[in-house]
Amino acid sequence: MLTILLDGVAYGMLLFLLASGLSVTLGLMNFINLAHGAFAMLGGYVTAILMNRAGVPFLATLPAAFLVPALLGVALERTLYRRLYGASPLDQVLFTIGLVLMAMPIAAYLVGDEPQQVHLPAWMDGRIEVHSVGIGVYRLFIIAICGAIAAALQIFLIRTRFGAQLRAAVDDARVARGLGIDVDRIFAIAFAVGSGLAGLGGALAADVVGGIDPSFPVKFLVTFLIVVTVGGSNGILGALFGSLLLGVLDVAGKYYAPSIGAFIIYAVMVVTLIVRPQGLFARGDGR
Amino acid sequence: MSASDAAAVQARIGAHLQRRARWRWPEIVFWLAILALIFVLPSRAGIINEALIAGLFALSLDLILGLAGIVSLGQAAFLGLGAYAAAILASWGFAEPALGLAFGAAVAAVVGLVSAPLLLRGGDLTRLMVTLGVSLLLGELANRNSWITGGADGLNFSIAPVLGLFPIGFTGQRNAALYSFVVLFILFAIARRLAHSPFGLALAAIRENRLRAGALGVDTSRRMVAIYTIAAAYAGAAGALLAQTTQIVSLDLFDFHRSADVMLMLIIGGAGYLYGGLIGAAAFIVLRDVISAATPEYWEFWIGLALVILVLAGRESIVAAAARLIALVAPRAAGRGAA
Repeated sequence: MLTILLDGVAYGMLLFLLASGLSVTLGLMNFINLAHGAFAMLGGYVTAILMNRAGVPFLATLPAAFLVPALLGVALERTLYRRLYGASPLDQVLFTIGLVLMAMPIAAYLVGDEPQQVHLPAWMDGRIEVHSVGIGVYRLFIIAICGAIAAALQIFLIRTRFGAQLRAAVDDARVARGLGIDVDRIFAIAFAVGSGLAGLGGALAADVVGGIDPSFPVKFLVTFLIVVTVGGSNGILGALFGSLLLGVLDVAGKYYAPSIGAFIIYAVMVVTLIVRPQGLFARGDGR
Repeated sequence: MSASDAAAVQARIGAHLQRRARWRWPEIVFWLAILALIFVLPSRAGIINEALIAGLFALSLDLILGLAGIVSLGQAAFLGLGAYAAAILASWGFAEPALGLAFGAAVAAVVGLVSAPLLLRGGDLTRLMVTLGVSLLLGELANRNSWITGGADGLNFSIAPVLGLFPIGFTGQRNAALYSFVVLFILFAIARRLAHSPFGLALAAIRENRLRAGALGVDTSRRMVAIYTIAAAYAGAAGALLAQTTQIVSLDLFDFHRSADVMLMLIIGGAGYLYGGLIGAAAFIVLRDVISAATPEYWEFWIGLALVILVLAGRESIVAAAARLIALVAPRAAGRGAA
């Protein structure tokens, strides 16, 4: 029972890490970025390839799994994404679907179709017993690292000057510009951080989902979108609570009622949309 | 303004609308050309059939996206529903294709009607997610209920000749293409009539500004539910055709890439004037055939690249350029693109 709860929390934390970047671009900047999963895939590949081909230890690959997608994110944001900030949702959807369709064959061409496994170091692979409750060490690691990131993000967004500037730029870019805030730079950094977090999430998720393969961006796209829908799109805490709720429900559902387990997260989404279209944990009327 | 003036204005508006609704000669040439193509290239009837069905599917998306401005990433839900409904009906022994077609469209329409109210809340993003969610949910349902759908193995079935006369399927590729052509033409003519009706004009008002359309007295919710249901029926018919002419259905009908592909077809051809879906579908199928013959594994890359360029270059500018081209060739037909 507790094991399942912890597994669910760990899964939810992973979802949060994967989707938090999306809740920044989609929720705050109001940009429908369906290519978000491609950045997560990239992060997963960076870790898998560094480990399998260069022999770099798992923990040492994680910074790279953050940095490479972040740099790519910034490059794409500067060259392509920024042109579409004011565009219609349809254009944004088409554009980012195009990116996904390009990313998958590129991955298949460069790395191959077969899933790239991430082999955890031995000390992470085991389980520990606490009061006869078995807990995977790796699960604990995920919970710790994602929890720390969530806390850092929340403090960053609420307490720092940059966070205030980001919120101002999102609320009204024109007025923010008038106040001397460099909105372009703020958006680029926010986008980079979001992409980097997705990459980190991809790297950490690789073991849980059974390896990274070229279909990753599409397979998890829906899950990301559901997290953002359920969590509500304004704020880190909403995304965190939404992810945890979905993670626990999903794991518990698959364990206790395998025949309907896969439907639970869809059902949660549909009910959310009916009851509170702005998201379960959103304040105000949302968007 | 006197009463006679008002009557004259009304008459002029009526005449204008009627003029717009009239069939023009390029349209007639278009349909005759397709028909001729089926007879001239019997060896390519398979791919022509595929393009016709894809065209019907794209037309169903055009009904909601082009006419009413409802974005959807889950049109594949209804394609799959129609296909499975027709296939299951045939496997129960009701092998008449016309019956299966009607059944497939009806089942899709019912599910469309039930799920449509979900679309009325929230903005474009919510709609994208609801439509996507519904299609994945249905795919999962089909996967789980393998006692009726065959699960991951798909479902094989045999089909009777159309109306007891024309055998279709692998042995009758040309008949299959003709069958699809007739269905597409009838449904297209209905859609065309709808687009030029007061209902179609109300949808255009909703597309441009839902709030104002409501203020003008248009019951926007009911109109949106109605067109979504009709579009679902169209997609269901496309699915039924696909199932009947290939005589196999599989779970990939519900896949995300189906919904993405059909959106791409519509965007290639241009949304909002009904022919866009047909032209885009033909272009897409031919392109895919050519590209996948050259690089079978990576053809998606080129499709993706085309999408990115299309959006960055600006869809409107491409449509406008095409309209100028048409205006050069046939000045009288040029107004169509704007309708």
